[in-house]
Amino acid sequence: MSGSVPQPAEPAFPSPADPVAPVAPLDRTGGYLGPAGAAALAAASRATPARWRLLLRKPTFYVGAGLLLFWVVCAVFGYMFAPYNPLAQQLLLNNAAPSAAHWFGTDPLGRDVLSRVITGARDILIITPLATILGTILGTALGLAMGYIGGAFDAVAGRIVEAFLAIPFVIVAFLFVVAIGHSLVGITIIIGLVFTPLIARTVRAAVQVERSMDYVPAARLLGERSGRVMFGEILPNVLPAVLVEFTVRLGYAVFALATLSFLGFGIAPPTPDWGADISANYIGLPAGYWWQTMFPALAIATLVTAVILIADSIEQVLAS
Amino acid sequence: MATFLLKRLGLMVLTLWLLTLIVFFAGQILPGDPARATLGNLAAPSAVQALDHQLGVDRPLLTRYLSWLGGLLHGNLGTSYAYQTAVEPFIRAALINSVKLAVLAFVIVVPLGIFGGVVAALYAGRATDRAISVTGLSLSTVPEFVSGIVLIVIFGVELKWLPVTASAGQGASALQQLRHLILPAIPLVFVLFGYIARMARAGTIDVLNSDYTRTAVLKGLPRRTVIRRHVLRNSLLPTITVIATQTGYLIGGLVVVETLFNYQGLGNLIYKAALAHDFPMLEAGVLIIGIVYVVATLIADVLLTLLNPRLRLGGSQ
Repeated sequence: MSGSVPQPAEPAFPSPADPVAPVAPLDRTGGYLGPAGAAALAAASRATPARWRLLLRKPTFYVGAGLLLFWVVCAVFGYMFAPYNPLAQQLLLNNAAPSAAHWFGTDPLGRDVLSRVITGARDILIITPLATILGTILGTALGLAMGYIGGAFDAVAGRIVEAFLAIPFVIVAFLFVVAIGHSLVGITIIIGLVFTPLIARTVRAAVQVERSMDYVPAARLLGERSGRVMFGEILPNVLPAVLVEFTVRLGYAVFALATLSFLGFGIAPPTPDWGADISANYIGLPAGYWWQTMFPALAIATLVTAVILIADSIEQVLAS
Repeated sequence: MATFLLKRLGLMVLTLWLLTLIVFFAGQILPGDPARATLGNLAAPSAVQALDHQLGVDRPLLTRYLSWLGGLLHGNLGTSYAYQTAVEPFIRAALINSVKLAVLAFVIVVPLGIFGGVVAALYAGRATDRAISVTGLSLSTVPEFVSGIVLIVIFGVELKWLPVTASAGQGASALQQLRHLILPAIPLVFVLFGYIARMARAGTIDVLNSDYTRTAVLKGLPRRTVIRRHVLRNSLLPTITVIATQTGYLIGGLVVVETLFNYQGLGNLIYKAALAHDFPMLEAGVLIIGIVYVVATLIADVLLTLLNPRLRLGGSQ
């Protein structure tokens, strides 16, 4: 996405012989970076402190970091500075339009929408990073193994990954949530597991680029074991790709959790949650109660945008 | 080419088989007894047992999988637990509805995405490019129901330009149906725009940096001619094939949009089947989505190979 330099991200003609990612480096489920992008990033970038300082010159990074910081503050201290108790019902004051007393109005139970939006940041900002970390660790390990070991293992694992990718991830997630039940731990594990094949595919592509470099046979000739070559030699070099993938996945984790909540499989009421609140109140839209859904919707949109702006800045800096 | 096709077809069959395994066993781990879900909490245990036996869910898992798979191979998608009739008509009707919505979204997003991507590429690195790229990226990660809500509030409730439900009702004309589908299609357009624009941008930049574009510029062709005749033609091929692979998402990822706009499509069908523990319906629906994705990927793959002689002749690397 960067300057006037030739764009290295996606080769225009991905190789169709690649058993895992035949053609679509950027499909919806494959995410933003995609295998081809990861391969290019692995080949082109080395994260150095000088590179990281470039981040501080990106206006998009500041906007993203600022927004994210705002929501983190809400998640941590929200219950202290929210004007009302987000669970307190005032049934006489239900469906009140935004006013000086209730900036964002009230919901059908008379709860303060502003307070629910502020405190709703908490669960989403606990679950999504944990789920993304889980998915990144598992996906990186699987991708490293697939890319490094190759052969039959790669072919079999690649097929399984591909079969999982054929089902939209929201559907996979809600199937598993229905099966396992929607505790916070359960949701975290499920989102992490759903992301694992996606991240594995990206990491595998990056590892394949690295494997062809001289340092890998050199390490092997020195007698290093496979595990050490994978995690000690190759992993540090694919970390930039992993990092970009992590940030992008974090955005999609917010997407996934909000969607699950909206469908009724996420954070259970009455805990304040943006997706669940939208799901509970969108029936009131034709009656004109727009504030009950509009403000949680904007909250989700700003959080997702914040994460994506950060991801985009990091990718630009690493690929520059 | 023939070998390539055969290999691809073989891999596709393998993926489809794995898909049946995933779908079947994911369906089986869902808790709850289908007969109990159908008959309700007050039914006698003997009645529940009888229905379980009639539905065949008291047989061993492997037997059930094999008979399900055998049925699939004969084109029999199974019998719904909840409705006690064949799943197929439900799936067919829902699929047709989803396809209508998906086609409309495609018709809007493909030209828009390509245009956005090409413009971004022509102004690569400048403010226009950044604006298009970052907007596209943000739009593609904002959940469909979030943009859907904003659209409903603005165009449905405040301005009253468009209806907020997707179904036009019985006997509505095609034009009326179209009007009802515009609002639900836009969140899908938002999600897809970022991807298509990004691909078109990358493809265009690649061509802009190529030797033949430089030659065309140096021999004095006007900029517009260079772009139309040399750049666009070559940059759009990979983009178009990538678009084909998006069909899987479009037909499958509709759960949210269809729920929000109360539209009887495949996503809605799967969602309701999961809630009702109607495994055969659920499995058939998820499988259809998977098949659409796998077939679309194959078509895109073949198309790309046909359009690019280097891949057709040169093999893998």
